[in-house]
Amino acid sequence: MGLKQNLHKLKEKYKGKKMAPAFNAIHTFLYLPNETTHNGTHVKGADDLKRTMNTVIMALVPCLIFGIFNAGYQHYLATGEISKAAGFLSPEFWSMANFSMGAWKVLPIVVVSYVVGLAVEFIFAVIKGHEVEEGYLVTGMLVPLIVPVDIPLWMLAVAVIFGVVIGKEVFGGTGMNILNPALTIRAFLFFAYPTWMSGDKVWVHGAVERANEIAGGANVDAISGETILGSLAQNKAFDYDIMDMFYGLIPGSIGETSTLLILIGGLFLIFTKIGSWRIMVSAIIGALAMGLIFNGVVDQGWIGEGSKFFSLMSTEFWHHLLIGGLAFGIVYMATDPVTASQTNRGKWIYGFLIGFISVTIRVFNPAYPEGVMLAILLMNVFAPTIDHYVLQGNIKRRAKRLKVKTA
Amino acid sequence: MSKDIKIRKGLNINLKGEADKTLSKAPRSRTFAIRPQDFHLVTPKMTLKEGAKVQAGDTIFHSKSNEDIKFVSPVSGTLSEIERGAKRVITKITIEGDQQDTYKDFGIINPDSMKPEEIKSHLLSSGCWPFIKQRPYAVVANPQSTPKAIFVSGYSTGPLVADLDFTLKGKENELQAALTALSKLTEGKVHVCIGKSGASPLDGLKDVTIHKISGPHPAGNVGTQIAKIDPVNKGEVVWTVNAQDLVIIGELILTGRFNAERVIALSGSSVKAPKYYTTKIGAEVATFIYDSGLSEDNSRVISGDVLSGTQISPKAHLGFYDNTVTVIPEGDDYEFFGWNKPIFNKISPSRALTFSWMMPKKKYDLNTNTNGEHRAFVVTGNYEEVFPLDIYPLQILKACMVKDLDQMEALGMYEVAPEDFSLTEFICVSKQPHQQIIREGLDLMYKEIG
Repeated sequence: MGLKQNLHKLKEKYKGKKMAPAFNAIHTFLYLPNETTHNGTHVKGADDLKRTMNTVIMALVPCLIFGIFNAGYQHYLATGEISKAAGFLSPEFWSMANFSMGAWKVLPIVVVSYVVGLAVEFIFAVIKGHEVEEGYLVTGMLVPLIVPVDIPLWMLAVAVIFGVVIGKEVFGGTGMNILNPALTIRAFLFFAYPTWMSGDKVWVHGAVERANEIAGGANVDAISGETILGSLAQNKAFDYDIMDMFYGLIPGSIGETSTLLILIGGLFLIFTKIGSWRIMVSAIIGALAMGLIFNGVVDQGWIGEGSKFFSLMSTEFWHHLLIGGLAFGIVYMATDPVTASQTNRGKWIYGFLIGFISVTIRVFNPAYPEGVMLAILLMNVFAPTIDHYVLQGNIKRRAKRLKVKTA
Repeated sequence: MSKDIKIRKGLNINLKGEADKTLSKAPRSRTFAIRPQDFHLVTPKMTLKEGAKVQAGDTIFHSKSNEDIKFVSPVSGTLSEIERGAKRVITKITIEGDQQDTYKDFGIINPDSMKPEEIKSHLLSSGCWPFIKQRPYAVVANPQSTPKAIFVSGYSTGPLVADLDFTLKGKENELQAALTALSKLTEGKVHVCIGKSGASPLDGLKDVTIHKISGPHPAGNVGTQIAKIDPVNKGEVVWTVNAQDLVIIGELILTGRFNAERVIALSGSSVKAPKYYTTKIGAEVATFIYDSGLSEDNSRVISGDVLSGTQISPKAHLGFYDNTVTVIPEGDDYEFFGWNKPIFNKISPSRALTFSWMMPKKKYDLNTNTNGEHRAFVVTGNYEEVFPLDIYPLQILKACMVKDLDQMEALGMYEVAPEDFSLTEFICVSKQPHQQIIREGLDLMYKEIG
């Protein structure tokens, strides 16, 4: 084992030096370290943070692969080069052309996300002299999946730097942050460059370019890449059926369209006990509850067809889970253990409110019909408060036990 | 009167190298040692000098803060060395043993007809007091306090620990004498927990309340039992005694001698033929660990169990409270892509490409590798699955780390001992030293409040 010995010698050589964290990060990527326990437990469970993070990445890979195909598919569909795919396994969708077009657009986004984000992590690790922590492994994968396919790479790089520094490092790094870093990056993009993050031109590759050509006088058809939520918010019709939405053959951010694959990923996370089923289940319940309330409002006739909220309010309550990023947010973002509630009872409340608020924002904010990002960020802020009250319950129970005794 | 307790949360850690239920007598150790670190927060004040002759039961030091708490020699011989560490703290007191022990005679007593104060002073003067520990703080009991109850665990669930049903066999008279004496020292009851299945020698003894307990580890931890039977509230004190030490207390009562003899389990996957030995407190572990040979040269010797024992050198001595010595392989080697490949040979509470959940009966050969690096707390909700106390483990650990005394108290710090957090430490994804955090938290509280 030449590599093993050589790396070990290098590790000893650089011990205590400034660059040690950067070297160790690469070393521990290749080899589980030779660290042994001291007093305390002399044996340890098999899981470490890398394995935990890696499990989440595994759950995300199907969404990424699907997103690559979908980017190409939506592009060629909009330009009219291919016809609409029939069903999930349709050859129109899983074609080499779709893949190469999608990969050409999506892989640079993945690379920029990881390179920029990890560079910031390494710099902070070297400056502060701590080990490079694994948090960004998942964030770096989440970011490409929640941005539109045509986002300029420099914009993404700026947002990643902002998100990692302000969202995480200023609080002390992995495990200390208040807001989900991936959503901080997404929110930064949304508020700094709104024209690139919403509207009907950004979701399909080529739409912006085509719009510019038209403005320049070219005689071509405009590409409309409106998302379903965007259409609903403007009371417009759209021609996707329920199965298209479930399979994910619709425009949207790169990785969030396929509810089917998100469902599989979510079940995998629950099975491996890495994702919190409490948050996922309660968030779904919350979204359905709010959807039902709005359906009820429509059924009661309290709101007319002329209202700008009518389309979204009358969307059948369970369709909310299929459209937009709600499912993706619930499974991969809301369950981030650092920023979620940390008590089991708190997780129920936290998840429920995320689902509830997401649908509320969707309906009442037509300018930005995707509410899940803001709902999760909002609940990230409130998670410690929820935990505080859950803990108070335990504290009161203990105090009561004492009172019964002394009375 | 018997009440059944069922523990649901927990995790059994099945390891290879369980001690075979045969008993051998370990050869007589040349030296015996007492480590004052075993008595947490006790500052020793020597009463003898190097070179002094002692009998078994002669006081060698007492607690600086309370002269009544005496610590006695386990054997007769010559006090050969007082080893001191940094700041001249006494780290080890070594006694060169005689060929044959002679005992100091403390007199036979009948606890049934004695006042609590008399029993107390008898235990204190004979060196049996340190066997009684107290909660809060998990330290040697304060003789001035009166406990609301006394707890004894007669059930062993920890990995590779001595089976008390086996080690206590035939000691019913001693156990009864000790329990009768203890029952006089509390206003409440003496609670004894025994396994639901199995024949415990403690079953059917009088002056105690027997509870039958079942479920995974930590069902056998006395902390779990206290939490289920009568949790400690602010201002209350409970005492705990290890079941095997009742034998020594009982023998003192019945014969007037401090006989430090103890049946211990030698276990662990590095031991070729793990089994039980009769030895004495403070004996050199080398007298029995090499008896059948070690299969692995690069091994760690632990006085105690793998979850909360103390790492010792193979030349060192058996701890004061330990009835198990475990020898397991060291894990100071790298493992290629150890963080992402499927794992079949280690225990994991998750299913993240780890497969121990498929084989709950399989026995594992774990080494001392940490299986990952120390990180900040990230994962939540996993400790609760193995932690049966009505306490929020993550939150109390964080309260200890930030030294928030009010929060520590409110979240139940009076109820816990470091060993209660051994399972959460075992499964911790961030490899945090839970027991050390709790110990430091308890010490801080003891200093500020206690």
